[in-house]
Amino acid sequence: MNKGLSWFTWSALVVGFSFLYLPIILLVLFSFNESKLVTVWGGFSTKWYVELFNNQGLLNAAWVTLKVAFVSSTVATLLGTMSGVMLTRFGKFRGRTLFSGMIYAPLVMPEVITGLSLLLMFVAISWDRGFATVTIAHITFSMCYVAVVVQSRLATFDHSIEEAAMDLGCPPGKTFFAITLPIILPAVVSGWLLSFTLSLDDLVIASFTTGPGATTLPMKIYSQVRLGVTPEINAVSTILVGLVATGVLVASIISRRSEAARLRDERLATAER
Amino acid sequence: MAVSGQEARKKWEPWNDPQEKPHVQLVGVSKRFGEFTAVDNISLDIYKGEFFSLLGPSGCGKTTLLRMLAGFEQPSQGQILLEGSDMSGVPPYRRPVNMMFQSYALFPHMSVERNIAFGLKQDKIPSAEIAQRVEEVIELVELGAFAKRKPHQLSGGQRQRVALARALVKKPKMLLLDEPLGALDKKLRAQTQFELMNIQEKLGITFVIVTHDQEEAMTVSTRIAVMDHGRIVQVATPTEIYEYPNSRYVAGFIGEVNIVEGRVAEVGEGHLSIASEESGCSIRARHALDAPVGAAVWIALRPEKLVISMEAPADTSSNCMVGEVWDIGYLGNLSIYHVKLDSGAMITTAKTNRTRDTEQPITWEDRVYLTWTPDAGIVLGQ
Repeated sequence: MNKGLSWFTWSALVVGFSFLYLPIILLVLFSFNESKLVTVWGGFSTKWYVELFNNQGLLNAAWVTLKVAFVSSTVATLLGTMSGVMLTRFGKFRGRTLFSGMIYAPLVMPEVITGLSLLLMFVAISWDRGFATVTIAHITFSMCYVAVVVQSRLATFDHSIEEAAMDLGCPPGKTFFAITLPIILPAVVSGWLLSFTLSLDDLVIASFTTGPGATTLPMKIYSQVRLGVTPEINAVSTILVGLVATGVLVASIISRRSEAARLRDERLATAER
Repeated sequence: MAVSGQEARKKWEPWNDPQEKPHVQLVGVSKRFGEFTAVDNISLDIYKGEFFSLLGPSGCGKTTLLRMLAGFEQPSQGQILLEGSDMSGVPPYRRPVNMMFQSYALFPHMSVERNIAFGLKQDKIPSAEIAQRVEEVIELVELGAFAKRKPHQLSGGQRQRVALARALVKKPKMLLLDEPLGALDKKLRAQTQFELMNIQEKLGITFVIVTHDQEEAMTVSTRIAVMDHGRIVQVATPTEIYEYPNSRYVAGFIGEVNIVEGRVAEVGEGHLSIASEESGCSIRARHALDAPVGAAVWIALRPEKLVISMEAPADTSSNCMVGEVWDIGYLGNLSIYHVKLDSGAMITTAKTNRTRDTEQPITWEDRVYLTWTPDAGIVLGQ
């Protein structure tokens, strides 16, 4: 009968994908638009990219965003790894569920509330808002993501590997750095990447907690868009989409390759026994 | 130097020598986890160079005992002495004892070489010496071709040898092995048992092994401690455990056994006469138990010690059970017969197939006689 896919499957595919990607495709297309009017095609041009690199305001915002993302994700990874380790290692104690729930709460907390409460706290201790406060706010909400990722890795971790290290003369502290950390490193790195991207595209919390001189890129874009969308914004967004897509692609290729290599090694090892 | 035949045959039994000092001493050791008592008041001496097995079903406390020797658990009560010095409070990384884990616990991010060198690096040993000792031990376990590989590139048997090498390279005073062969298939396991014994003999290190596999314990051990519910039921050599079990539990746990019930009818010079309704005859056995006339006793009979025959023996009044062949298991080298006695009791017996053909083989529903000598039956009390 019908060799290929039915018309229904095809149309579902097309409709679904256009629903997901049409807006982004349009954005990318119009970033190469010659015309100043966003919705009118005036021929191909890369002039908005050139313009972009002359726009000091946008570049500053991008630089601030990267700095905030880097510092906050690094600190969040440290704290998140510590809490992930603690949650798996401490075993059962009274109030454990409450405790772990409190670490995970920011995952489901509305961003507006997180932002508002942080703002109130900074005001209460009269801390001038700026780079430091945005960074702290980002650490607060991204730490729990790292904790979740690290904890789920540790849940499948063979505890006797650590015991073996201690048995061979390695004290507990050193065991963590020599044995545990290298093994859970992929989880820690993906926790870092996750909090880095979360920090990159956060708008709500940043706008609550930032001050003059520390405007992040999403805030800048948002404020410019309110004055009207320019092709420059399209260009910035295209670069962002490109960066994120490349990152995701590279990460998935690396993990697939290493998985394939591992399976091949295992097959070889069993075959030659 | 030539050793005379007499000396070579002299038994090595440090546990029977009052002059010998134990290498490891457990004095009244208990371990409780909350309400649960995992190890219950165990006292035990292990001697230098022994291959000592802790044998028991899962949950009998054998692994907890091993973990206390390694230092991962502290006894709730009692003392562990290693060469006379108290080990309580000494953490695992300061004990001159190494352990081979059931899961092998190899470091997945390190090559075979680095796995093995890890323990030596912790002791700040010069790297030239580390390299040499790693090479020696790699040769000992025949892993030369795999030194640069990572654990996931090895088969189960190779991983097992890496784990062994890693624990041996520090030349510990005692090596603890937690079900070391549990993950290997049957053929490889049998081969590895002998390898383990050879290595142990070569190095002279005291081995303490935890296993639930009685065959494994019988093969490798100098002595076996049979455990049940946190207690040691019997400590003896494999032969003693098999031939002279001290309880029905040990008799049943090690090997196949038939147990029949009876009452002491007469206590004679060096022997007991036991009346047993279950067996349908009177039983003469070697006197090994202080049981007064009338006391209830159990007689343990190993299947291979019973002689099965279609012809009645001269004397059918004692040590002779009569029944009907119920089931036959032909194993090639052996045939296993299940014989149903008139009392309803089922007795298992094994017969070696000495010849290739038998003129009149014993078959189903044949009436057979099972006989044994007075010293073949083991008399056990409560």
